[in-house]
Amino acid sequence: MSTWPLEVHRVLHDEGVRQVAFVPDAGLSRLIDLCEADIAIHIVRLTTEEEGVALLAGAWLGGDKGVLLMQSSGTGNCINMLSLTKGSRFPLVMLVTMRGEEGETNPAQVPMGSATQQVLEAMGANVIRAESAEQIAQYLSVGLKRAYETNSSEAILIAQHVLGFKAFK
Amino acid sequence: MSAHNNSESQSAVLNRRDVVSQLLADRGDMLVVAGLGAPAWDITAAGDHPLSFPLWGAMGGAAMVAMGVALAQPNRRVLCVTGDGEMLMGLGSLATIAVQRPRNLSIVVLDNERYGETGMQKTHTAFGVDLASMAHAAGFVQSLRVVTAADVLNLVSIVKNDEGSIFAQVKVSTDPVPLVLPPKDGEMLKNRFREAVLG
Repeated sequence: MSTWPLEVHRVLHDEGVRQVAFVPDAGLSRLIDLCEADIAIHIVRLTTEEEGVALLAGAWLGGDKGVLLMQSSGTGNCINMLSLTKGSRFPLVMLVTMRGEEGETNPAQVPMGSATQQVLEAMGANVIRAESAEQIAQYLSVGLKRAYETNSSEAILIAQHVLGFKAFK
Repeated sequence: MSAHNNSESQSAVLNRRDVVSQLLADRGDMLVVAGLGAPAWDITAAGDHPLSFPLWGAMGGAAMVAMGVALAQPNRRVLCVTGDGEMLMGLGSLATIAVQRPRNLSIVVLDNERYGETGMQKTHTAFGVDLASMAHAAGFVQSLRVVTAADVLNLVSIVKNDEGSIFAQVKVSTDPVPLVLPPKDGEMLKNRFREAVLG
């Protein structure tokens, strides 16, 4: 079993992350479970990803660091709310599992998956792609430090081949 | 012509500025987030304040911004003042907040049944959409419908004294009020708020 969720959870702890908001993805489920079991973290389940962008702006107003977990389709739901992040220079860290890439079996995932990086960059986020499981925690740590030191918006994309493919059977 | 029109704005007696000035009188260290448009002007008319964060955009996000503040500052009261159009755009956040059940968050919707910044077009509440019932159904134990001056006094007492997540739909009139704009620099507002909260 891959250890990246444990490594990411360790980074969240080391960087003092207090609020973790998510709309789930299969690839994030173990990390979500780890955060839910951690009394130092408020886990906030969202009805739509843009709620998380607003939540984490408020978190920072009150002094908390946060991370938004979602799949690539969810980035489309965030676009206008990212105006708040960009316009007021709120720090924001997003950990995004990619869909619609090689091996995708659901055609509906392809349009947003293909546009995810461009959309995030258009709204001012720095985008880093993790192409291996080892890179996920490493890049998240980099993203958290940069976001909260420089008031930047950071998205760490996890390539679909890293987490495997959802098969419809 | 709509089949059903349950508009109450013609009969609403409450003035939005009076409601907000009562909510913010003797505010102490209460933290305030205001939704874009009229609610942001309303809290500013009551006095620009470092512990206020008026939004200029982020439509549908005001309650969630306040939720983030409430989780980060569990020992302070947090008040979100927003409008019916703004709340309608973020109805899912009522479910999200009800699941979290913060003890220190009040959401007050000033409902004039109109999109005030775009030409006073009717919102869904003009046709009977009942935000207070929706919040109650989402799980807000205290969800109030505020119509009279006595209701406002009760609301002010609840917001200042009660524990729990509180929702209120306040029916306000469409009477015009003077435009009082908050500072426009979002980064300044953010930094000012953080400094006032965190020292």
